[in-house]
Amino acid sequence: MPELSRRRFLKISSASIVTAGAAGSSLAALARTSGATGESGLRQVPTFCDICFWKCGCIATVREGRLWKLEGNPLDPLCRGRLCPRGTGGVGALTDPDRLRTPLIRTQERGAEKWKEATWEEALTHIAEKMKKIAATHGPEAMALFSHGIGGTFLKHTLKAFGSPNIAAPSFAQCRGPRDVGFRLTFGEDIGSPERTDIENAQCLVLIGSHLGENMHNTQVQEFATAVGRGASLIVVDPRFSVAAGKAKYYLPIKPGTDLALILAWMNVLVTEKLYDVEYVTKHGHGFEAFVAALAPWTPEWAYPETGINPALIRATAREMARYRPATLVHPGRHTNWYGDDAQRSRALALLNALLGSWGRKGGFYAPSTMAVPDYPYPEYPKAKRPKVDNPDHKYRFAHETLTTGIREATLTGQPYPIKGWLVYATNLLQALPSEAETIRAIQQLDLLVVIDVVPSETAGWADVVLPESTYLERHDELNVEVFKEPFVALRQPVIASPHDQKPNWWIARQLAVKLGLESYYPWKDIEEYLGARVKEAGLDFAELKKHGLIRGPREPLYFEDGAPAEFGTPSGKIEFYSNQLQQAGFDPVPKFTRPEAGPPGSFRLLFGRAPVHTFSRTHTNRVLSDMMSENAVWVNAAAARRLGLKSGDRVRLRNQDGVLSHAVGVKATERIRPDCVYLVHGFGHTARGLRHAFGKGASDAQLITRYKVDPLMGGTAMNVNFVTLEPAERA
Amino acid sequence: MRYVMVIDTRRCVGCMDCVVACKTENNVPEGYNRDWITEEVRGAYPQPRLEIRSERCNHCARPPCVSCCPTGASRVHRGGVVLVAHRQCIGCKACLAACPYDARFTHPDGYADKCTFCHHRVDQGQLPACVSVCPTHCMHFGDLDNPESEVSRLLRSRAHHALLPEAGCQPHVFYLT
Ligand code: SF4
Repeated sequence: MPELSRRRFLKISSASIVTAGAAGSSLAALARTSGATGESGLRQVPTFCDICFWKCGCIATVREGRLWKLEGNPLDPLCRGRLCPRGTGGVGALTDPDRLRTPLIRTQERGAEKWKEATWEEALTHIAEKMKKIAATHGPEAMALFSHGIGGTFLKHTLKAFGSPNIAAPSFAQCRGPRDVGFRLTFGEDIGSPERTDIENAQCLVLIGSHLGENMHNTQVQEFATAVGRGASLIVVDPRFSVAAGKAKYYLPIKPGTDLALILAWMNVLVTEKLYDVEYVTKHGHGFEAFVAALAPWTPEWAYPETGINPALIRATAREMARYRPATLVHPGRHTNWYGDDAQRSRALALLNALLGSWGRKGGFYAPSTMAVPDYPYPEYPKAKRPKVDNPDHKYRFAHETLTTGIREATLTGQPYPIKGWLVYATNLLQALPSEAETIRAIQQLDLLVVIDVVPSETAGWADVVLPESTYLERHDELNVEVFKEPFVALRQPVIASPHDQKPNWWIARQLAVKLGLESYYPWKDIEEYLGARVKEAGLDFAELKKHGLIRGPREPLYFEDGAPAEFGTPSGKIEFYSNQLQQAGFDPVPKFTRPEAGPPGSFRLLFGRAPVHTFSRTHTNRVLSDMMSENAVWVNAAAARRLGLKSGDRVRLRNQDGVLSHAVGVKATERIRPDCVYLVHGFGHTARGLRHAFGKGASDAQLITRYKVDPLMGGTAMNVNFVTLEPAERA
Repeated sequence: MRYVMVIDTRRCVGCMDCVVACKTENNVPEGYNRDWITEEVRGAYPQPRLEIRSERCNHCARPPCVSCCPTGASRVHRGGVVLVAHRQCIGCKACLAACPYDARFTHPDGYADKCTFCHHRVDQGQLPACVSVCPTHCMHFGDLDNPESEVSRLLRSRAHHALLPEAGCQPHVFYLT
């Protein structure tokens, strides 16, 4: 039976949009009113995308002064001439009627979303005065910056010049941190972004919870399709039958939270049956015997009741991986904050790759390279008087980046020292951090909250000052000096002028610095001057960069066999099968499995993930993308739904273990998920009134994530530890 | 010459880039779309089978939308491409009812609208927008009358199906399985 057809769904949602369109908000009407400059003919501008952080090279076509379309830049090694749907739909970012237009200063209590419009002069003076006051009373370290993406570069510079080291992005503690820690502990190096995975050459690809194809990181998905098209063996482990699962040779319907048990059992099979890469392990491994001894108890029979995966299937898949090694890639994933054992699970995953000999090998993990582009010669930053606030006494021993949630904690408690101001750039903390309530309580402790963004997010709703940023299509940004298979430098440059009083981040950061008396940190007046200087210093031609959007550098060896150095930045200089570092810090030197706590009887574990047409909670008012998906649905196993008397399309609310109730959301009763969990695409269920087009549509997983478990190694916040029940929603 | 589209369901991830690209290329108004994604699930958890398809007008060899059109606005053009002459269309919706694939809709300006195989691009030697953007390279477009074309080779070498063959319209969008 076909499930709900996408087009029918679109047709249903279009009914309401057409009515709204009577008020003149149809896409065509918008296009007519925006960007009309009297310019005629066609012109094309190469730049790079910012709908997500992947930074694909794109070419914008402007027709009669209006942006017509965005296409992939064929020269760009990341997108290879083809953007993802979000990149193609970036056109809608420009014409989004819900965009912030002018600076805003709060007029009522925080969170009331009541502001007065202000000039840039007023807004920046207000911010600078508050920042100076905070610095005078509490020290400059009491100002923190939360930032996401390349656009944060100059704000970071301003804050460092101001004297604060407290700069964090949710991409560590809420996303890829555990993975990077697990791999560092094992290989002495991070996975990086873009991930150094050689998917296109993999003969066997193992995805554990990674939903490539739904998670639309362009290069990853293109290479995934190449591998699938080539007939690579695909093993997918997921409580949900993902799009990737639909292409798999083996699908393992794992019990949520037990991935580590499965990985241990796989390693047990590889070791017991001597299927691992003996030569590689002997040459590069440290502590292998102790590792083997520690693995002994974790047989497939042991893992069976934990994971629900049949021992025969565990053995068959382990042998499948061994058959194709070293071109077997066990994908490290990206968002890896799941159950609280995440760094150790990621380490186990790294060890599994080590057994297969895939690190440094074709079809496994390649050695990335980059072009030498010297930093701009800024004056030295003042020395911060106090260390970063986020990780007192280095409690999370293996955190190598700043913890957002650590800064939040310090803001709440005033310990180890108070944080009194937050600058928040391009990240919606209320949807990105677990426990909205804690974030709001922390905000209440602040003397200053500034949000700099393109759309009025939930977090902007609590701000004292909101600064409207130009979209990526209207601004320059820092150069993208990519660390990738093929090194290159890419330029973001404006395609079209901002329609209202929006400003680019570099201008905002610079003006703020000037107001703070830190002008000496900005020897350049204009971004082109800055970019030109960097490009020149690198021996590249700025005119060429502007013309093509990027300049590629020479390729370097990717694999050990081609001469990439087989060096490991671990204490032993080898791949650490047994980790003395962990042992000394009181952690398991070889990962061990802990059974996840079960939820209340009758409840479902809440899982969340991505849809290919949206990024985080940032794209839901982009009319092109919202036209593809304007609402999420709660995925419920078909049999479980039947038991509850629910069918697809029914409206329900999700209630979590702490009584928090979601917005009403449609049910997707499906054979594509286990009966013990439900699934939401992240980012929906907006509560910010300014996001008029997205307000109240769908359910927010973030709102239901009231609990989280902190990874003891690195302070990441695991979020798949919440449970919900479903109740019928009253008809609207 | 016979234009066809051949879509590899093994590679397709249903990302909707084809839908987005069609909308921007052709200025399809908000709330409407000329192509769409269908997810077909058979069987039960934990071993369902999933086919994801990018669907659109099938540019049928026996198009009921053309034969039912009272004004002749719906016609077959070069390469078998079925098009609607907007100015001749009176918006009677007979074609919407006749199409077994539900590929047509009434444009807010009053005429029947649907996929054109991007003939304006194809005439200039470009691929249809949806094909040209697909990040998975799952879509192929070409001339079935040319035995050496990529589409002909794919249809010779791979198992495939078309949608609702029983409707008898001879659809020309094929799905590799
Ligand atoms: S993956 Fe998509 S959204 Fe992200 S940068 Fe590339 S085209 Fe843009």
